[in-house]
Amino acid sequence: MTLLLKNVTKRFGKHTAVNNLTLEIPENEMFGFLGGNGAGKTTTFRMILGLLERSSGDISWNGEKIDYEKSSIIGYLPEERGLYPKLKVKEQIVYLARLRGMNKREAADELQNWLERFEVPEYIDKKVEELSKGNQQKIQFISAVIHKPRLLILDEPFSGLDPINVEMLKEAVVDLKNQGTSIVFSSHRMDHVEELCEHVCILQKGTPVVQGSLREIKRSFGKKNLIIHADIPLDFLRDLHGVVRYKQTMEGCLLQITDENVSQNIFSELQGKGFVRKFELEEPSLNDIFIEKVGARYE
Amino acid sequence: MNKFWLITSHTYLTKLKTKVFLISTILILVFMLVLVNFESIIESFEGDEETKVAIIDESGELLDDLSLLPSTGGDSLIEPYSRTLEEGKSQVLQGEYEALVTINLNDEGLPEATFYAKNITDAELQMEIQQKLQQLKITIATAQLGIDEAAMAEVFSPIALDKITIDDSGKSEEEMNQARGIVYMMVTLLYIAVLMYGNLIATDVATEKSSRVMEILVSSVSPITHMFAKIVGIALLGLTQIAIFALIAIVMLQSKQDQIGGLIESFGLHNASFSILLYGVLFFVLGYLLYATLAAMLGSLVSRVEEANQMITPIMMLIVVAFFLAIFGMNVPESQIVTITSYIPFFAPMLMFIRVGLLEIPIWEVFLSVGILVGTIILFAVIGAKVYKGGVLMYGNSSSLKDIKKAMKLTKKE
Repeated sequence: MTLLLKNVTKRFGKHTAVNNLTLEIPENEMFGFLGGNGAGKTTTFRMILGLLERSSGDISWNGEKIDYEKSSIIGYLPEERGLYPKLKVKEQIVYLARLRGMNKREAADELQNWLERFEVPEYIDKKVEELSKGNQQKIQFISAVIHKPRLLILDEPFSGLDPINVEMLKEAVVDLKNQGTSIVFSSHRMDHVEELCEHVCILQKGTPVVQGSLREIKRSFGKKNLIIHADIPLDFLRDLHGVVRYKQTMEGCLLQITDENVSQNIFSELQGKGFVRKFELEEPSLNDIFIEKVGARYE
Repeated sequence: MNKFWLITSHTYLTKLKTKVFLISTILILVFMLVLVNFESIIESFEGDEETKVAIIDESGELLDDLSLLPSTGGDSLIEPYSRTLEEGKSQVLQGEYEALVTINLNDEGLPEATFYAKNITDAELQMEIQQKLQQLKITIATAQLGIDEAAMAEVFSPIALDKITIDDSGKSEEEMNQARGIVYMMVTLLYIAVLMYGNLIATDVATEKSSRVMEILVSSVSPITHMFAKIVGIALLGLTQIAIFALIAIVMLQSKQDQIGGLIESFGLHNASFSILLYGVLFFVLGYLLYATLAAMLGSLVSRVEEANQMITPIMMLIVVAFFLAIFGMNVPESQIVTITSYIPFFAPMLMFIRVGLLEIPIWEVFLSVGILVGTIILFAVIGAKVYKGGVLMYGNSSSLKDIKKAMKLTKKE
């Protein structure tokens, strides 16, 4: 059960929205899709769902074409949230679930379970417009997963939620993954992707710039972060060989260095200069990688 | 249940439960009730009091003849008045009499009269008095000429004019009346249906789009299925409403059979010609489909519900034009403009139906018109489905017909 995108390209007239994207998302895996605004994430999702025709390339699920026959195994949470504002939660979730091939009773039972899991069982007979935005989002999430899809596409699933609700939804997503659902999700929040995904792809204006397993990406990135807390001025480190970036912090500075050997030079430079409270070498964060890969091309 | 019927029934049931549906149904029912009972409602305001009109014979010679004034017809009671004109006028002002009429003989010995009233707005009363005096005049004039009454009756009896079609296939007068009634009813029905339900379709699509639920819907079912399920759902809603009205109408008619039975008969609803009804249903369905497809397509282009009305204005204009052409064409079904427009798809549902209903035209003409109509519907369905597919994913500030092109581009490969 793998989702396969092969050399997928989407052009709108002269504008290329997605350029030669190849992805493989295995079962039981959560795949992180990153990119700035307008990078082509939503367009890719819409092509996977068949809402947009691709200009070239192939998309298949388990070797088969994805069409409306498969809508019962696919779940989708669009970035632009939307439900019928005037309908009650139960009416619309049951309707949407039936469109995904569930029967009425199953859908009602599952909805009950999900509402209890999200600690909002009292919403079942409320109109959507009466709910807060965060709670509407929970309902929307339920509509995407209620039919136990094999492939789940989540476009910015955690945006606009408070930390408690983010945790609640994250847990639900991880559970679904463990039950065998393949999940593709996009986010601006690097920390969420870092926490949840084994594989990622960073899109930059439609072109994949980084792609692969998160661990591999970090290792091959090479650069490390160095955190120093000290009572002395650290400005002079800025010009040292092997220092890529220098950022002043409250208690010292944060350096990005080309490789871990550079840290040894810095360590010896600091010796005898004064009191150093913290000296820590760190793996680069996805955020650093994103900014470097995407930011560089913006210039 | 397959997805098509799921969307159809969802559309139907949610709309059925809305206040708008309830209110519009009740309003139209009230309107129907008022219309049917119009006369009795007016009467109930007027009360039972008889209108009294005083008449002064200034010539002094007509008093005997005044008894000749017809007593039947009209509600006023004419009383000879023996006091002076001035007294009579003041009594009219006081409301004891509705009006005062003075009558005199002119040089030729024929009566002439003056009508005094508080105001001369009651045209009905004036007409009644005038008619009565007219008869009085005729009686006097013919008596002067020495013609007896029997001869008079013969002079005034209406001429017998039998209208018979020589062409065997031509419609008899009775058939014509029936056909005209059915045609009129069906054309009006189609007009109202397109105005009401076309609008409903466009706003419904726009509502789903603006609430952004559309993207979820079209990821579950194909936009084409969704569009046609919507059109059928609203059609069923329309049929429900029409059925309610028809049912109420039948009940009302039965309770007032004597009063408006004649009206219905002249409309030709009894012994309705079956084939005309069949054509009526055919053209109604095709006409609805054509306009509904367009409405759904245009509704899918707007981002906000408020813009939906503006967007479908052009097709609403078309149906208004079609309706006026049809009303005009009912009187001159053989005119060239009716013949030409009966092949133009937007007008064909009404104008070809008029021709088929009122004239004897070769069957191939009907087939040709229906063929063009069906072809156009299919064409618009294909285009509409494409525009719909792109349109539901398109959000922008301005909405105009130019967006059709944009939406179609969106569904293309590049």
